[in-house]
Amino acid sequence: MMVVLWTDALLWLVFALGLGYGLYAARRPHLRAPWRRVVRSRTALAAAVVLAAYAVVGLLDSIHLRAGPRDQGPYAGEVVSLLDRLLTPLRVHQEKTYAAPFALHLYARETVQGPDGRPLRTWPRLRWAPEGVDEAHKAGHILRLALKGVLWGLMAWLAFWGLLAAALARVRRATFGGTARRLVRGGDPVPWPTLLGTAALVLVVAGVLAAWAPHYHVLGTDKVGEDVLYQALKSVRTGIVIGTLTTLVMLPAAILLGIAAGYFRGWVDDVIQYVYTTLSSIPGVLLIAAAVLMLQIYMSNHPGEFDSLVRRADLRLLFLCLILGITSWTTLCRLLRGETLKLRDQDYVQAAHAFGVAHFTIIARHILPNVLHIVLITLVLDFSGLVLAEAVLSYVNIGVDPTMNSWGNMINGARLELAREPMVWWSLAAAFLFMFGLVLAANLLSDVVQAAFDPRTRGARR
Amino acid sequence: MRPWVAPILLLCLWGLAGCDDGPWNDPYPASEAGRAIYYSAFTERPKHLDPARSYSANEYQFIAQIYEPPLQYHFLLRPYRLVPRTLERVPAPRYLNAAGEPLPPDAPEAEVAFTDYLLQLRPGIHYQPHPAFARDAQGGYLYYPLAPGIRDGLHSPADLPVTGTRELTAADYAYEIKRLAVPWLHSPIAGLMGEHIQGFADFSERVRGLRPRPGEWLDLREIPMRGVRVEGRYRLRIRIRGKYRQFLYWLAMPFFAPMPWEADRFYAQPGLKERNISLDWFPVGTGPYRLTENNPNLRMVLERNPHFHRETYPAEGMPGDRAAGLLADAGRPLPFVDKAVYSLEKENIPYWNKFLQGYYDASGIGSDSFDQAIRFGAGGEARLTPALKAKGIRLTTAVTTSIYYFGFNMKDPVVGGYGRRARLLRRAVAIALDYEEYISIFANGRGRVAQGPIPPGIFGYREGEAGIDPYVYTWAGGRAQRRSIAEARALLARAGYPGGRDPATGRPLVLYYDTPASGPDGKARLAWMRKQFARLGIQLVVRASDYNRFQEKMRKGTAQTFSWGWNADYPDPENFLFLLYGPNGKVDHGGENAANYARPEFDRLFERMRNLDDGPERQALIDRMLEIARRDAPWAWGYYPVAYSLSHAWLGNAKPNLMANDTLKYRRIDPRLRAASRRAWNPPLLWPLGLALAALVAALLPALRLYRRRERETAR
Amino acid sequence: MSAYLLRRVLYAIPILIGVNLLTFVLFFVVNSPDDMARMHLGVKRVTPAAIEEWKRERGYDRPLLYNERGEGLARFTDTIFFQKSLALFRFDFGTSDSGRDIGYDISQRMWPSLAIAVPTLLVGLALNVTLALTLVFFRATYVDFWGLVGLVALMSISGLFYIIGGQYLVGKLLHLVPISGYDTGLAAAKFLILPVVVGVVSGIGSGGRWYRTLFLEEVGKDYVRTARAKGLGEARVMFGHVFRNALIPILTGVVVILPLLFMGSLIVESFFGIPGLGSYTIDAIQRQDFAIVRAMVFLGSVLYILGLILTDISYTLVDPRVRLE
Repeated sequence: MMVVLWTDALLWLVFALGLGYGLYAARRPHLRAPWRRVVRSRTALAAAVVLAAYAVVGLLDSIHLRAGPRDQGPYAGEVVSLLDRLLTPLRVHQEKTYAAPFALHLYARETVQGPDGRPLRTWPRLRWAPEGVDEAHKAGHILRLALKGVLWGLMAWLAFWGLLAAALARVRRATFGGTARRLVRGGDPVPWPTLLGTAALVLVVAGVLAAWAPHYHVLGTDKVGEDVLYQALKSVRTGIVIGTLTTLVMLPAAILLGIAAGYFRGWVDDVIQYVYTTLSSIPGVLLIAAAVLMLQIYMSNHPGEFDSLVRRADLRLLFLCLILGITSWTTLCRLLRGETLKLRDQDYVQAAHAFGVAHFTIIARHILPNVLHIVLITLVLDFSGLVLAEAVLSYVNIGVDPTMNSWGNMINGARLELAREPMVWWSLAAAFLFMFGLVLAANLLSDVVQAAFDPRTRGARR
Repeated sequence: MRPWVAPILLLCLWGLAGCDDGPWNDPYPASEAGRAIYYSAFTERPKHLDPARSYSANEYQFIAQIYEPPLQYHFLLRPYRLVPRTLERVPAPRYLNAAGEPLPPDAPEAEVAFTDYLLQLRPGIHYQPHPAFARDAQGGYLYYPLAPGIRDGLHSPADLPVTGTRELTAADYAYEIKRLAVPWLHSPIAGLMGEHIQGFADFSERVRGLRPRPGEWLDLREIPMRGVRVEGRYRLRIRIRGKYRQFLYWLAMPFFAPMPWEADRFYAQPGLKERNISLDWFPVGTGPYRLTENNPNLRMVLERNPHFHRETYPAEGMPGDRAAGLLADAGRPLPFVDKAVYSLEKENIPYWNKFLQGYYDASGIGSDSFDQAIRFGAGGEARLTPALKAKGIRLTTAVTTSIYYFGFNMKDPVVGGYGRRARLLRRAVAIALDYEEYISIFANGRGRVAQGPIPPGIFGYREGEAGIDPYVYTWAGGRAQRRSIAEARALLARAGYPGGRDPATGRPLVLYYDTPASGPDGKARLAWMRKQFARLGIQLVVRASDYNRFQEKMRKGTAQTFSWGWNADYPDPENFLFLLYGPNGKVDHGGENAANYARPEFDRLFERMRNLDDGPERQALIDRMLEIARRDAPWAWGYYPVAYSLSHAWLGNAKPNLMANDTLKYRRIDPRLRAASRRAWNPPLLWPLGLALAALVAALLPALRLYRRRERETAR
Repeated sequence: MSAYLLRRVLYAIPILIGVNLLTFVLFFVVNSPDDMARMHLGVKRVTPAAIEEWKRERGYDRPLLYNERGEGLARFTDTIFFQKSLALFRFDFGTSDSGRDIGYDISQRMWPSLAIAVPTLLVGLALNVTLALTLVFFRATYVDFWGLVGLVALMSISGLFYIIGGQYLVGKLLHLVPISGYDTGLAAAKFLILPVVVGVVSGIGSGGRWYRTLFLEEVGKDYVRTARAKGLGEARVMFGHVFRNALIPILTGVVVILPLLFMGSLIVESFFGIPGLGSYTIDAIQRQDFAIVRAMVFLGSVLYILGLILTDISYTLVDPRVRLE
């Protein structure tokens, strides 16, 4: 049985919008040109592949199902995502408490009943440690699994290569063999080898992780014994939701108000300027704190409307996006206003005016298409900043719901672990790695996109 | 980093630290090295330093060293025992009948209408130097009224050059009791004392309309309170309504510290409150220390009070205290430490690291950061890791006089009530909540599973088999064994929820759990909680909210199950059992009984127990009460936290005392050992920086060639 | 110009009223006066009478926005909103809910914030500009490419990691400076090194990249080509011409954030135990001290508007072609 959460719907909407925009842009040469520049950049292509991998994880995590009645046990009736289903071994392999990456035993010693019935002080074996493997055979076991994983990854990569070549060959009406060779050798304006190389890397890493995960806690476990890799993967969705929905939810308002202010000027402009100056002059953190506290009160006063933890956390996430959007839409609004002010004086707009074309038509036909690139650049540029902001907000306890998986919550939970003796470093490292990968890819891509779309910096690049 | 930055940085570092041979990372000025100064930290800035208002441990940390209530707890003896502090002896109650005539000590409680406590002060105790006492040659007060010229540049009373002192009198204690009753001071115990001290409530009503305007002072000496009479310079009589055995414990809390009227008048002067100069920030006491630097944003400094009266280190201790060196100072005059520096430390990581580096003398009690520093021995006793032991760090543990419990709202239709079905459900949950695991995960072993509301060390607690909750535990192999989850499931089935399913709906039983939990551990804690209920097949819905909202729910009784804690005011079973006393119910009476448990028989026994002296009769009553409460299971008892504190080898007399807050005066420091250890533990490490620098230069060398080429290119 | 400034200042008033109204509504929905009273009177043994008394004493017993029982103007003036907001415009912040004078606290805590923010800004500026100039000098070579990748990588690391890592490395492993703390006067220097270094390093990524874009834009301009055609060395061109002309956007960019330096950094200050305005704000949020938060919001808004005005002025100063009207 499907369960549609608010952010699920919106995330898929983003996906659909992206596809729609792609089709739209592909038909129009003036939009296709900058994208062509993007695609021809090697960094952008590599970054896009990495982002696509993250997006697949995020989207898989955005299809929620209610575990059916056949599912007995404690998880009956719980809402789980498709990703959870795929990661079932990771999800259910809960230990008692901390375990280091690839460990067979708990991280701390405990008193257990020895074979002779006397209490014994030792490191208990993990509940889900691979059977028949001890410390001596561990390295070999891990290596064998890794080889298997590499094999899986390469197989997946071959399939990907084949599909890509077949598709390209159809479009170009060329032979499959020739296209496939060109893809690895290069020679096209689009750096296909980079694409394939990155894809190989991503797929092999995924394959190896998939081979290890059912047997080991690849990134260790946290305080209550939950797998850290699972947490980090689940956090991907949170990061993507915050990064995209925040800009998206306020997009209609920003576009509408920004264009209206620039187009109509006069008192409309005054009012809109007043609104956004007021909003942007409030320190963002304080506004967010107030709004999040308010939401908490609303939730505790209306417990009936949030029948499950998942729904509660989801609504809080959406609300966080909304409030982050409110603090950040003003920049976009101002940019759009400025651009519209310029466009309004262009001859063709003036001409349309003189012909008595309705305001709405002028905006829809002449203004909106010409400011879309600003929207696009803002969307891409803001993404990484928002992902980073989530971590800081969660640190101050005004971020996402504490029960939700997010990198911010992981860091927040792990900051006490560094002070432990010996140190527990894996939660922090996992959050760092996953976050770094996403943000780095997004930053690299946004650089290229910005350069391609913004005529100002285009000339400056050599 | 640019190449020139690193050398400059190093130069700065060298310039700062190189001039003395102390460690570079010493956060304290070099001038303090080698002095007997106690270094500690506070994690939250204190809200009130006024003894009439202050009611939290982080404030007592300071004011208990400054203010002296009439009584104190003995430093070494256990169970906790009251001894005089400024008095000649601990006052004995004198019972009176309604006509004010004396009754014998064994008079039945119904006849006792009043109790008198006679406080006999020791003469010769003087206040710390303070400008409020300063007089000029004619005997007039120097700083009352304060000339506006002086006032305007004032940041603290210490800026005034002349100070004075005065002897402590009984009237000062009376003045403070009157301050407790003044409505605009919001003393947290005003309501409670109004029930007990004769004339207290009337006094409150009387002064309510007399509130002085800002800049004016109300002389409380002129308004009498019936139950508080000054009988001479050193004698004070306090009259209590009926019997209230626990009153003596209150006399050991800073609420009953003496307050000189001169100080109150001094701080009431116009313009001082606006500069944050008030009794709430600048205390005036007779204790061993005085507050010389008051910057709650940064650091608080206590220094020895030069007028401190003679008090000596106790000569009597528990067995083992002598071997531990705790009696080496017996009979020597207190205090030993000249100065105590408390720095603000909000984050755990720096706190713990600075302790390891030797910059704090003791780790904070209850701090979460040193969990892994401790290992448990074969018998379950706590031990330090070898690394810490090598540093000479010592570990002391003490079960605190507090409890964290899991409560059921007895007014709830599902889990509450006194019927068989709900009772079995509660007992099943009590078994399923595996607090042993909770302690080992979340408290890192720093806790003891509770068998009832009374923690060890308090009268009424029983060790061993007699002390277990038989509904949750069995006694096997010489220790308490939690009943199995199968037993819990069976109870649940008997309660009408086979497999955790509600037969009415056929779906899993859903329970709601309210908690103010947030912060780093919150998520893990909630996940654990849900796991425990899932073992019974019950689905737990967690409703986390902020503390305000949580309290509101508790007041309205809309919570179903919840976790809460209680920290004792004084070491008496009354202070724990009243958490289950019906007339103390949260929803109906606004009391502290958050489970709203109300059993007439329990209440009757409580009323008989509370004013009895410790003895077999009292123990028998307590046993009966515990049996009733265990049968009904309004709480899953939870656990008593164990305070672990670590201290360095140079800190002497560090026995934990959970009731006394004024223990700074007993502490001893060996500054020479400390300086040597700090030097040995904190050698500055420079080569990684040099290495980084070299790597940078190496990376830039090829660029130099590029630079030449480019210069040539463009110049062409 | 003075007429323009006057207009800008007058225009600030409705904005500040709007800010006040918004925060007021938000925070009072969150936090009723009853909650505030409970928060400040403590947990144990609080009676309803004590709460009423606390509210009366602090003027929270009035209606929030509209007083039905008032007459005429008093309907609006005899409310919590009016009474509590009006004083802000006189920069009289009143007392915090725990009874301390906020204005006094702000004046005390401003200095530690500045002591961190100003060196961080200056050192960061110098470092970022040199770095960016170097990269632009080496443009289209491997130095530029990898330098840029490095900058983007630095930018992609959450600020929390810089703090945690910096404290761990410099404070704990190398024992070079105290891990946290603060002192008054010159003694503060050794406490400031670590937070300033962390602040500077965490800003290199975005700062260096931003200045690089600025300089690249300048490099493409005609006058640079002219200078090169004259036969000037590349280094002379860079520092003599490009840098000097890029100063305008650099300076105006700095001027905008100047006033906000007072507000301090929320996270850095609380991690390093520095008693500045940033940790003041965080504390206030966590303790829900409404009076302080309101004062800080107001102060932040005022400083923001001040920054905007300063930017306008600085434009006219560095570029005579810009005229304010």
